[in-house]
Amino acid sequence: MERDDIIEYSLDAHHSEEAGKAIRRKIWMVTALLTAITIIEVALGAFIKQGSGAWPFVKWSFIIMTILKAGYIVMVFMHLGDERKGLRYVILVPYFLFMLYLIFIALMEALAIGKIWDTYMV
Amino acid sequence: MAGHASKQIDSSTLWGGKISPFSTSYGKLMMWFFLVSDALTFGGLLVAYGFTRHDAQDAWPIGEETFNSLPFLGHGYPLIYVALMTFILIVSSVTMVLAVEAGHRMDKRGVIKWMIATIIGGFFFVGSQAWEWSHFIHGSEFGKVELADGSQAIVKGHFGEIENFTVLEAGDHHKKGEVITEDLMHEFQHAVELGHIKDGIITLHDGSKAKVNKKADEHMQLIIKSNGSKHKVGDVIKEQEACDLYYQAINSGEAHRVIYGANLEQNEYGPQQYGQFFFFITGFHGFHVFSGVIINIIILMGVIAGTYHKRGHYEMVEKTGLYWHFVDLVWVFVFTFFYLV
Repeated sequence: MERDDIIEYSLDAHHSEEAGKAIRRKIWMVTALLTAITIIEVALGAFIKQGSGAWPFVKWSFIIMTILKAGYIVMVFMHLGDERKGLRYVILVPYFLFMLYLIFIALMEALAIGKIWDTYMV
Repeated sequence: MAGHASKQIDSSTLWGGKISPFSTSYGKLMMWFFLVSDALTFGGLLVAYGFTRHDAQDAWPIGEETFNSLPFLGHGYPLIYVALMTFILIVSSVTMVLAVEAGHRMDKRGVIKWMIATIIGGFFFVGSQAWEWSHFIHGSEFGKVELADGSQAIVKGHFGEIENFTVLEAGDHHKKGEVITEDLMHEFQHAVELGHIKDGIITLHDGSKAKVNKKADEHMQLIIKSNGSKHKVGDVIKEQEACDLYYQAINSGEAHRVIYGANLEQNEYGPQQYGQFFFFITGFHGFHVFSGVIINIIILMGVIAGTYHKRGHYEMVEKTGLYWHFVDLVWVFVFTFFYLV
């Protein structure tokens, strides 16, 4: 009997053998890339000490590499890149706006409080 | 209608209202909404961590100083183990996406194979995290020491082995002249924490007093993490001077001069909040991994039973895959902000 209470079928949910080959190749490429980024991160962390002259550069490259890794995971592994543009924006835009705001406001506040500790509590 | 302008939609894809927003199924869209809310939770936790770190007065622990051990191999491998954990989780994410891909080809055996690989990867990660926690809680051999001027320092170097305790004064359990060779490290650290060592003489738990016979420590370094009247944050004291200052604290007979490992009140790595954030953030993430493994096992049973094959599509694998990738995604950020930066 056909069930009409289960409505859960996504478009493009099937692909052929040939398409599968191409997709798998892409998956392995991304795997190699993510692994390479992780190795670079650990090597940088091990050889460049916090507080050294190059550290601010290393720190920001860590953050950029992290966002790069996250981008590949979300767009390729989670297939958000294959979804419709509208869905992509509904998920990413509000999240990024809110997080950037929260990071900005919280870190500014923390630095201000740190300064107050330094000034009055020592 | 807005949701499906360009594509012909299978009538079974349409939701109850006979449209399909963003041309996705109901379940997948709800999974995405859940993941966004969960991402906000983790985002909030990491921002709170950043807040505490930026307003902290004492030096914040540095990842490669705190996490530098490997199972069976000991110390001196900065961040290697965490990197390995990251790699394990990335690989299990890859096997998950391969399971989803196999599902799109209706390849039941492929889905089973890759899902089992994913579950094994998940268990490896959870096990690694358990090891990491255990190591974090038990701490190092030296601990964190409060020096005579009130400054606090973490200690690096090679801890000389304790050979034995020679009993000088009998207690309830040990007789005079007895040479104790068991459970030395535990007994030693316990006595140090309680201030039960004075001038090289240890008072054991049964009240007996004994002489500590210990090999010399090598390459000792004290890295100052909290200001005192003489030493300031960032100072590094080396070799003999470090050794003298450390054993002055150990032999002072005062309690709480040395802290080993971590609990919710104090830890040897840095400020109190550091330990709390470690337990909460990695614990909350580990709980996500654990529930992800359980969900994967449940879905795997469905795959083996052929439930999704009969349904004509493997979308359940895709949805649980979304959750699993999300767990990997969170770890990428935890790895950077807790261990690297």
